[in-house]
Amino acid sequence: MNIEALKAKSKQYRKQIIEVIYQAKAGHTGGCLSIIDLLNVLYNHVLRISTPTDPMRDRFIQSKGHAVEALYVVLADQGFFPFDDLKSMGKYQSPYIGHPTKKIPGMEQNTGGLGHGLSICAGNALAAKKDQSDLKVFTILGDGEMAEGSNWEAMMFAAHYQLDNLCAILDYNKLQISGPNAKVMGLEPIKQKIESFGWSVKEVDGHDIEELVESFDALPFESGKPSFIIAHTVKGKGVSYMENVAKWHHGVPDPAQFEQALAELA
Amino acid sequence: MKANLEVFSETLQALAAQDRQVIAVTSDSRGSGKLVPFGEKFPDQIVEIGIAEQNLVGVAAGLAAMGKKAFAVSPACFLTARSLEQIKNDVAYSDNPVRLIGISAGVSYGALGSTHHSLHDFAALRAIHNLPIVVPADAFETEQAIRYASATDKPIYIRFGKKNMPDLGQSLSPNFEIGKGRIIRAGADLSLIATGETVWPCVQAVELLAEQGISAQVISMHTIKPLDTDLLASLGAAGKPIITVEEHSVHGGLGEAVGSYLFQQGFFVPFQIMGFPDEYTVTGSQTEIFDHYGLSGAGIQGVALNLLNR
Repeated sequence: MNIEALKAKSKQYRKQIIEVIYQAKAGHTGGCLSIIDLLNVLYNHVLRISTPTDPMRDRFIQSKGHAVEALYVVLADQGFFPFDDLKSMGKYQSPYIGHPTKKIPGMEQNTGGLGHGLSICAGNALAAKKDQSDLKVFTILGDGEMAEGSNWEAMMFAAHYQLDNLCAILDYNKLQISGPNAKVMGLEPIKQKIESFGWSVKEVDGHDIEELVESFDALPFESGKPSFIIAHTVKGKGVSYMENVAKWHHGVPDPAQFEQALAELA
Repeated sequence: MKANLEVFSETLQALAAQDRQVIAVTSDSRGSGKLVPFGEKFPDQIVEIGIAEQNLVGVAAGLAAMGKKAFAVSPACFLTARSLEQIKNDVAYSDNPVRLIGISAGVSYGALGSTHHSLHDFAALRAIHNLPIVVPADAFETEQAIRYASATDKPIYIRFGKKNMPDLGQSLSPNFEIGKGRIIRAGADLSLIATGETVWPCVQAVELLAEQGISAQVISMHTIKPLDTDLLASLGAAGKPIITVEEHSVHGGLGEAVGSYLFQQGFFVPFQIMGFPDEYTVTGSQTEIFDHYGLSGAGIQGVALNLLNR
């Protein structure tokens, strides 16, 4: 898919995220809008997934599970299930819950507890190496999630086993549920920390489609090292009143806000 | 006489020789897991994680999701506490068929103290859906359990100790089936239902009770979950006293599972749970600790006599 087509997809996905969350009256709006360009480029440019059950498919595990509505929208667009199925999200007996589950075609693991995805990805990547498969493994981590110690266990492991078929992406929007990372639990200097754990790190604008395409095309950044993309993002990106406002972590628009959001994303 | 830990190691080597998908995943635990020979023979089939139990279980889940038969091997105390959320989410909930192997379980570490004891694991794991809990008592049961774990495509937790255990024999129950208790000694007056390393002291108690003209049966309830409710129903219907014995807290383990089933089915038999009371565990070797809490032939005999005289 070319750059212009990818940009059009991002626009479409943003609107669909708002629609899904507005209808369900629940969802992690801010985080969905901050990772959607990453998911767009991953699914429409990077990941090789012929079918959700192809053993040779690339693996993507969204460790930041709470931004599931963004993943739902993208997987529906891949044709793994009808978009209209999302109308049941959060309703009694719906398979579409507030975090990823393997019941949904295209979802690899049940995530939602933070600090789990990277270890599972590392296991995937090691298995692929053992099988001499060239499949790649990706995860998106939230910035608040980086306080989980298990992530750093997995970082040590991936570097030790030289998992250069593994790429972790940090959705660095600088806000978590109760406020700025810097106030809750500071991450900085995050690039140096990750590099010192033996990863090859690149910082990008997480909403710049061209830069994302170029960065993913350059994987692995160094042979023999796992790759880490620090994606600088904006929580609530694309909707003016949501951008950089922590309360939109799981805020749901009212009717007027809903109309305004759709108008801004038109 | 052989330690279940040794049997585990030998069985895993035999399985690995036949199947390259078998992988041992260790948390600096290959020595305590008796897996040094495994690592030497199958260097491509062992993954060292270092002392990082959360990552141990997460990576094992990732390996299992890719078709590897991942055996995550770590002391039961750390495996089932430090990595409990990984067990719950990445193994059980995500249905990744990790073989969780809790070594040196219960109070096997003796005087090393409570940090190294696992007297909570049945209780913690029983409440998690999609995770059988298996506690083999001797070499036969251990080998069978490990072979089952390799063959299944579902998650499983197996825990055992490191002490030499007598062969309990297979004359009364020649087979090993997950979810089915095995009769180790037959008897008509009462039943001793035990699991893992507490089955043997029950056999010793049977001999002491026989001297007093009391005929007790011993059941190795090697699967704590799913529980053999058919067997329990037959025991309940017989109406004789039942004693459960386990190397675990009296809260949330085998005894409460058995009692809960019997009570809810309307079987009101004389009943006693033997295990570890809710207190700081006494210092000592595994044997000394067992003796202290009455998990010995004489201790179980005493409880049996009390129950029969009620």
